[in-house]
Amino acid sequence: MESVHVEQVFEPVELSRIFSRVADLKAEGYRLGQICGVVLDDDNYEIIYSFDKGHKLLNLKLDIPTDAEVESITRIYWPAFIYENEIHDLFGVKFNHSELDYGGTFFKVSETTPWKPKK
Amino acid sequence: MGKKTIIPFGPQHPVLPEPIHLDLVVEDETVVEAIPSIGYIHRGLEKLVEKKDYNQMVYVVERICGICSFGHGWGACLAIEGAMNVEIPERAEYLRTILHELGRIHSHLLWLGLMADGFGFESLFNHCWRVRETVLDLFEKNTGGRVVFSICKVGGMRQDISDENLKEMVEVLNGIKKEIKSLTDVFINDTSVKNRMVGVGVLTKEEAEELCAVGPTVRGSGVAQDLRLTDTHGVYGKLGFEPIVEEAGDCMARTKVRIREVFQSIELIEKAVSMIPEGPVAVNVKGNVEDGAEYMVRLEQPRGEAFYYARGAGSKFLKRMRVRTPTNMNIPALVKTLQGCDLADVPILVLTIDPCISCTER
Repeated sequence: MESVHVEQVFEPVELSRIFSRVADLKAEGYRLGQICGVVLDDDNYEIIYSFDKGHKLLNLKLDIPTDAEVESITRIYWPAFIYENEIHDLFGVKFNHSELDYGGTFFKVSETTPWKPKK
Repeated sequence: MGKKTIIPFGPQHPVLPEPIHLDLVVEDETVVEAIPSIGYIHRGLEKLVEKKDYNQMVYVVERICGICSFGHGWGACLAIEGAMNVEIPERAEYLRTILHELGRIHSHLLWLGLMADGFGFESLFNHCWRVRETVLDLFEKNTGGRVVFSICKVGGMRQDISDENLKEMVEVLNGIKKEIKSLTDVFINDTSVKNRMVGVGVLTKEEAEELCAVGPTVRGSGVAQDLRLTDTHGVYGKLGFEPIVEEAGDCMARTKVRIREVFQSIELIEKAVSMIPEGPVAVNVKGNVEDGAEYMVRLEQPRGEAFYYARGAGSKFLKRMRVRTPTNMNIPALVKTLQGCDLADVPILVLTIDPCISCTER
């Protein structure tokens, strides 16, 4: 069926390339919009990075195991600390080399990593 | 250079209706660093996708915030409609646009009142909120609610608003225009107000872009970023929309953007009411969101760009409903503007990003 809505651009990106791809987008003039986590199944997450340039939206999709460690993009986009700390606290994903790591105290949740699948 | 001292600001503070904490590193009276902490009221609303079906999630998302609740409900509907490839009737698009702009007037008047309260101008605060009551009355008359409206649903609108009521809405708004003008003139021209805001908390255009700021915060720094320019939602393209931009980047510029947007929203409502077509306000939506079907959409809330993402699971429940609210993206800009400011200006600077912590934490 033909979509009646605005174009959706989702670009898969590998774990080893996420930092360089985001750096490329920054160099091209993209603005960070948001980062969010999605539980795919008991063993895998998807992290969606959204960027804007001239009101056009580009989403990077990073599929990772639930215990994977991801390179922080705060050295490229400092405001990413908001999302990386949120995903760390809710999903348990570790972001390496963060410019502002709250060490699990960003959200005060009664249950640690509430989105992480219970096996 | 004085000795460095850390002063805690919040999470409970007279200018903060909701909790955010800042560790302010000060030398004498100057803030040299600010470290934000949130997370005091995380409610886990997104996690409710496991227990609420996609129609019920619209109610949940709408309750993220009591100020921009219509926009949140609209955003959730847009994401789900996108994932289901549902096209809504044109009249519903107009009605959504009209109510969203009414919400912007309500939000900005509320903020102007809070701002006046923040710098100790109590009578101005009371007058702003008194005028805002008129807008809430319009909401109540046309939707049945003053805070949460539940009029937006997947597929369109739950009920129509009659042409007579729409015309009355325009008359009422035009009736309070003069009063809003006299109030906002105080913000712009009063010496004591100018002393607190002009040249304070300057966020340059480059800094605003680097820090990915949104809404009146970025438009007050000379960036014409407004999602109403896009075709993602509503009928703004048909209304001849141009974003409001101020160049100075200080507290006054952010205030002027919101003031001008109040009048712009009244004009947009008037235009939309004059152009709204006859017809149904909803289509019947059946079935579930397909497994893996997804849609990411943005909407210009009163505080700025908001994201809504829906992903289907092949059942009546969604796999994910994500909401990223404007304050998320303005906290880094706040931290930047706090660096180098006087300690006494911190409350004003915090207010000028119009923080909504309920939105931010969800």
